[in-house]
Amino acid sequence: MASETAMAAENYEAVIGLEVHAHLATQSKLFCGCANSFGAGPNENVCPVCMAMPGVLPVLNRDAVELAIRMGLAAHCAIARESIFARKSYFYPDLPKGYQISMYERPLCVGGYVEIEANGERRRIRLVRIHMEEDAGKNIHEDGTSLVDFNRSGVPLVEIVSEPDIRSAAEAAAYLRELRALLRYTGASEARMEEGNLRCDVNVSVRPRGVEQFGTKTEIKNLNSIRFVEKAIAHEVARQIDILEAGGRIMQETHLWDPVREETRPMRSKEFANDYRYFPEPDLPPLRVTPEWIESIRVALPELPAARRERYVNALGLSRYEAAILTEEREVGDYFESVAAGLRNAKTAANWVMTEVLRVVNETGKPLAHAVPSARETGALLAMVEDGAISLNAAKTAFMAMCQSGKPAATIVRELGLAQVSDEAAIAEACDQIIETHLRKVGEYRAGRDKLFGFFVGAVMKAMGGRANPRLVNEILKRKLDQ
Amino acid sequence: MAAQRIDLETVRHVARLARLRLSSEEETRMQEDLSAVLAYVDKLNQLPTDDLEPTAQVGEAGTPLREDRITNQPETEALLANAPDRQGGFFRVPRIID
Amino acid sequence: MIVEPCSLTIAEARELLDRRELSAVELTRSCLDRIAAHDGRLNAFITVCREAALAQAAEADARMVGGAGGPLCGIPLALKDIFLTRGVRTTCASRILDGFVPPFDATVVAKLRAAGAVFLSKANLDEFAMGSSTENSAFGPTRNPYDLDRVAGGSSGGSAAAVAANQCLGALGTDTGGSIREPASFCGVVGIKPTYSRVSRYGVIAYASSLDQVGPFARTVRDCAVLLQAIAGVDPRDATCAARPVPDYAGALTGEIKGLRIGVPREYFIEGMAPAVDGAVRAALRQFEALGGRLEEVSLPHTEYAVATYYVLATAEASANLARYDGIRYGLRVAADNNIELYERTRGAGFGAEVKRRIMLGTFALSAGYYDAYYLKAQKVRTLIRRDFARAFERCDVIATPVAPTTAFAIGEKIADPLQMYLSDIFTISVNLAGLPGISVPCGYDDRGLPIGLQLIGAPFAEETILRAADAYERSGATVRRPPII
Repeated sequence: MASETAMAAENYEAVIGLEVHAHLATQSKLFCGCANSFGAGPNENVCPVCMAMPGVLPVLNRDAVELAIRMGLAAHCAIARESIFARKSYFYPDLPKGYQISMYERPLCVGGYVEIEANGERRRIRLVRIHMEEDAGKNIHEDGTSLVDFNRSGVPLVEIVSEPDIRSAAEAAAYLRELRALLRYTGASEARMEEGNLRCDVNVSVRPRGVEQFGTKTEIKNLNSIRFVEKAIAHEVARQIDILEAGGRIMQETHLWDPVREETRPMRSKEFANDYRYFPEPDLPPLRVTPEWIESIRVALPELPAARRERYVNALGLSRYEAAILTEEREVGDYFESVAAGLRNAKTAANWVMTEVLRVVNETGKPLAHAVPSARETGALLAMVEDGAISLNAAKTAFMAMCQSGKPAATIVRELGLAQVSDEAAIAEACDQIIETHLRKVGEYRAGRDKLFGFFVGAVMKAMGGRANPRLVNEILKRKLDQ
Repeated sequence: MAAQRIDLETVRHVARLARLRLSSEEETRMQEDLSAVLAYVDKLNQLPTDDLEPTAQVGEAGTPLREDRITNQPETEALLANAPDRQGGFFRVPRIID
Repeated sequence: MIVEPCSLTIAEARELLDRRELSAVELTRSCLDRIAAHDGRLNAFITVCREAALAQAAEADARMVGGAGGPLCGIPLALKDIFLTRGVRTTCASRILDGFVPPFDATVVAKLRAAGAVFLSKANLDEFAMGSSTENSAFGPTRNPYDLDRVAGGSSGGSAAAVAANQCLGALGTDTGGSIREPASFCGVVGIKPTYSRVSRYGVIAYASSLDQVGPFARTVRDCAVLLQAIAGVDPRDATCAARPVPDYAGALTGEIKGLRIGVPREYFIEGMAPAVDGAVRAALRQFEALGGRLEEVSLPHTEYAVATYYVLATAEASANLARYDGIRYGLRVAADNNIELYERTRGAGFGAEVKRRIMLGTFALSAGYYDAYYLKAQKVRTLIRRDFARAFERCDVIATPVAPTTAFAIGEKIADPLQMYLSDIFTISVNLAGLPGISVPCGYDDRGLPIGLQLIGAPFAEETILRAADAYERSGATVRRPPII
């Protein structure tokens, strides 16, 4: 059965498009001066505008526009000189005006693409558009009744709509990771899925390989982690293939992802399709963006992940894998570069950041800046390794102590006595002592048992408390044993 | 579009979209009134408009932009004072269905 | 006969107040007494704020003693009950706003409050400003002070009737398709609808956002100019509000209109217009010539499409603007056991017949399959109507027309026939579609003694020009004002 499905799956191709909503990292809401923040008490961040009292009007937040343009430029979109807000009408308790102010026919950012790497392949996922809109409030369901909180009402969002260019769950995940990186690099959004400020709806269809025409698509909502996106797509693709293989038909419907049962289930049939009655928002004149403004935003953009990856590979000699890991978060890349700046070999910094630094970040759950020592101190520590002043193992010990105490590398290495002994006389003396106490083994070695060399090294290191410079121990021992 | 009489089904569909409960007398009356108004509106079709830009607003200027500053003090109590039903700082509504 | 303070113009009252021959409290009390005596029959007001008004008047008196009073300090005004007033219930003449007490003032209310104006009352209107007669009010129709069996016009009928009946010295209204000018015409007072965007709409309950505009009523053009001065200008809370500076409107009233080119659009003198209206408007045109103006025949060829265009666009916008009345955050709630029932029952019970009709029409015009045929089509015709005016203003400085084809009609006469009611706005609606300023100034009476209004339309932001022309006409004495019967 399983192999049958697998065989059937080989004959199909998935066609996937993503609609990603990201909260913009502004101080205030999109159309009013309420705080755009997470975690306030119920209806604390509300005012007459975002709770839709009669007679109120929206006034657009400049920084929200700027952040949306930053993201648009980062994704290679064309920025519209004039875009139009529209009203999208539907009734829901968390939507106080009975319409959402969004963009419809004339969005702010048009076209563009995001470059992803999946299965060792680099691909461009084209975008349809990026537009601005306001978020709704929240309904909290209790038994039999619901409670409404408008703190989130009017929070600025960008909606990033991809073309149906994605062909697998893995590509969808790579695309989302790249979008998240772009959102964070540009400062457009904190893009934290777990806080709900990055949300994803997925459109999935399948078609027999080689067929041009798209199959009927389903929409999956309620995806709030990249892992769920992958699982939900995999599940949905398999479900659709099973239906088609059994001679059935795919219904155009919306599915909800159930993270507990790890399956999708239909939410509502699109038969009574929502008729959103979009029309231009008469309370907001067109949004006009001058070329000068766009240019000033463009020149202020930081180096973006794709460019950074290329540089890490081509100029710093890292592998594509290393480059991908180090560029996913801007701070990680920045940290890596600061550490590498003081070292002879960037690889040393890369290995250290990928293993030690990210491990500590993951274990503590703290932001990088709070979890580990400053890049300068970490760099100083690794420079000692490069100079042979301490061993790699000693550096690991020192690093953990630095994370705990916040003391400088030099202080920790001194306090813990981790400095490597590179005093040739001291090492020679230790070697002499070992040779004298193991004369029989020395004889065996000289008679040809080469393998015993490791024993002598280990014994010298042990005698010196593990702090001797291994390179010197090797050299000196060799010289003495071979004479 | 030719002059059309709105049927009762359309009246009900539109009322559902607009979330208006209409009595059956209101539905019948609405059917007549809308049909009469739409028949009148059909006179717009006498005008060729293919080459025209639509006018959504009469102003010439682009939208002004607000500085991104928090200017509102929390005033939950004043804003909830008109609520027909509330629970603490929340508005309360009956069971939500889609 | 002793002149009651309530019958003074704002300019006259200003002089007496400044000379300390009259106090704001006396003036306010005079208005309140007048209201108490007559409003039972007139029904111009939904809410009268007696105590608050007297307190504001006392404050204004104190300010004036300190020499701090401006032109409106201590002047008692009425506000159409579409303006949000902090702490005073605001109904929009609808059951759906039952019990709603706003936590803030509309920008125009805040401006008048800061100027020391006294707020007497919230004036009656057609529910959500949808109507031309103030019969569509949950609080009953306002009656015409010249004939209590007739309508006051609408939707700002309460404001117009109150000014006409000397219940206040001035009032604010709103005009989406004629809602200031038509009642001003029917009640024999002056009313101006400024250029779209000239006055802030923040805190004004929205009917059709791309058409709504706030404007004043008063008994003279000069008083209207003073009121407009106080409310016009940019508002950071209204993105559609124009940033351009506000000129000195009263200063524009020179009485001099020599060489002014007055456009007379042939499409506005139509079959079916009441002969008295036709006669009064033509007489007014002759008076303009006598004052040195030059008449120019102009054409506004798409006039006959304006009503159809308006009823698609205004209702479409209204269908969204009125979606917020859902029984959750304020106003009426009809109990239900789920949210959909809650919406449908609350809105079904809370809105009156005309509001439902317009929500339905607008929802239909925007719905899938009809958008292009109705909404988009009407937007394109709106472009034609704007162009008509732009071309006409190449040949003239103001356009003079009747305000309405008839004088005030009988209560109940048109209420059963929505289309007939809509057609009473035939001369005012184009002005809103084009976003232009328009003023209604009394120009005569019919044989029943009902007032007739002359409409003067200006180019965008040409309020000074139409005020100057209306003032010159008014000062010429060509129309002798008659007092209302109450």
